[in-house]
Amino acid sequence: MINHRAIRAIYLFEMNRTWRTVLQSIVSPVLSTSLYFIVFGAAIGSRINAVEGVDYGAFLVPGLIMLTLLQQSISNAAFGIYFPKFSGTIYEMLSAPVSPLEVIAGYVGAAASKAIMIGLIILVTSTVFVEVRIAHPVWMLAFLVLTAVTFSLFGFIIGIWADGFEKLQIIPMLIVTPLTFLGGSFYSISMLPPLWQKITMFNPVVYLISGFRWSFYEVSDVSLAVSVGITLFILLCCLTVVTWVFRTGYKLKH
Amino acid sequence: MQNASQTVAADSADTIISINDLGKTYDSGFTALKNVNLAIKRGEIFALLGPNGAGKTTLIGIICGIVRASSGSVTVDGNDIVRDYRAARAAIGLVPQELATDTWETVWATVNFSRGLFGKAPDAAYIEHILRALSLWEKKDNRILTLSGGMKRRVMIAKALSHEPRVLFLDEPTAGVDVELRQDMWQVVHGLREQGVTIILTTHYIEEAEEMADRIGIINHGELMLVERKQALISKLGRKQLTLHLAEPLAEVPAALAEFKLERAHDGYDLLYTYDTQNESTGIGPLLDAVDNAGIRVRDLNTSQSSLEEIFVSLVRRK
Ligand SMILES: Nc1ncnc2c1ncn2[C@@H]1O[C@H](COP(=O)(O)OP(=O)(O)OP(=O)(O)O)[C@@H](O)[C@H]1O
Ligand SMILES: [Mg+2]
Repeated sequence: MINHRAIRAIYLFEMNRTWRTVLQSIVSPVLSTSLYFIVFGAAIGSRINAVEGVDYGAFLVPGLIMLTLLQQSISNAAFGIYFPKFSGTIYEMLSAPVSPLEVIAGYVGAAASKAIMIGLIILVTSTVFVEVRIAHPVWMLAFLVLTAVTFSLFGFIIGIWADGFEKLQIIPMLIVTPLTFLGGSFYSISMLPPLWQKITMFNPVVYLISGFRWSFYEVSDVSLAVSVGITLFILLCCLTVVTWVFRTGYKLKH
Repeated sequence: MQNASQTVAADSADTIISINDLGKTYDSGFTALKNVNLAIKRGEIFALLGPNGAGKTTLIGIICGIVRASSGSVTVDGNDIVRDYRAARAAIGLVPQELATDTWETVWATVNFSRGLFGKAPDAAYIEHILRALSLWEKKDNRILTLSGGMKRRVMIAKALSHEPRVLFLDEPTAGVDVELRQDMWQVVHGLREQGVTIILTTHYIEEAEEMADRIGIINHGELMLVERKQALISKLGRKQLTLHLAEPLAEVPAALAEFKLERAHDGYDLLYTYDTQNESTGIGPLLDAVDNAGIRVRDLNTSQSSLEEIFVSLVRRK
């Protein structure tokens, strides 16, 4: 038996929060992405040759979507579960007849939905600036969904772990943002010096961006199978941690 | 009832919450509950009375799934709170001690959210009924942020009732609440009880327990010290004690005074007589005659009455 009404209630509650803060949740990522296009795509990009046969402006699109997708997934989910802890309303979730999986489905589902929505909005926005071609739309969507779900789970874990606003932001700021910037959002790994190319391979974000970009332009830093494999592996890691968190009641129940 | 097993079955049908050997030690090493055993009867109003830090909120937290028990077990309507948590929790509505509300939501949205969370199909008419009963209907489209503290508490009560629970926990419902809300709340509580809802409330106010409850449990330092029907406590309350201070000590109570069931105190310098003010005759006249006839000289006398407050304080102090 699944308490589908509870999943729905949590999901709608979280989505409601998005609509309420529409300016901050949707307009701001769109605006900042547009700025990236103007600065990197139009101003600097006009001086950069095509990357692996793809016009630099167009090359940027998948990377920028991924960048925003990661940030949004993590911060939405982290904040979504952190806030009830902070305000004390979590008591209701803990006393309700819901399983951990249902709670996760509600929160992660909403965080991922919102991130995907923003990703798609950015995709549409980018067509204003550059010519975008999507070779494999199904793969593109698959990567979008998979990444959003994975990193929403990751954000959910951060939200449960954090016991202050600082902790809530420290991992996204100090780890995730650098990894996304260095993960090939703005360049092809092949453009790096050989040593850096090797080091970069330890960055999991490289695999996400590479696969996603392949679904657009059929150019990639690593093979599709490796990209999918690594993404699924991260998803599995997050699922394991989340299961453990709920089994031990870590930080949620005294 | 012919045999024992049938009696047990009847008893358990009468019990809605059964708490067995419940213990809680927090991670800090502090033991907040020790071996608590308690059976809450279906449909009763039970008041849990105890000083700050006694373990009331901890006990409620365990039953509702917010705190993990360290030992022992609890069943709600026969469902174990860990193994059959869905069935157990679905039966319970909780109004916690601390105010905690979704600032930005409207009253209507937050109460309907609660109902959904507990797996119930939407029922606008029922939610309207609750909001009206709690004088919240006019505020239904207001954001909670804009409500006063007392109204926020009403919202929390509405949330707890949104899924039609069979058991309602009210953790210090009247702390910081004005007379009007208090009366509203008791009206709602009495209405619920008429529908057969079991209500467990905690309070510091003895009058409140006295006014509301069928049974009263007194808890202190994590131990349940006393559970009694309110009537029993009140008859204790109606009992007075007459102390006769004697000129000469008595080695034993004379046989002529046996019918008065006197107790000796202070090495025989005092005789204590306990009587019930609610009886037609207190028996004081005949006692004084009998004492006089027995040739006992009384220097002085005084009477005292123990209030529920005193019972409470003496129980709580004993530890
Ligand atoms: N999370 C916790 N970690 C450690 N100790 C705790 C925790 N929560 C409560 N306690 C301790 O357990 C004891 C019982 O607390 P509890 O909140 O159950 O008391 P209470 O009877 O509800 O008191 P009050 O009337 O003040 O609400 C207190 O001494 C408290 O300090
Ligand atoms: Mg308390």
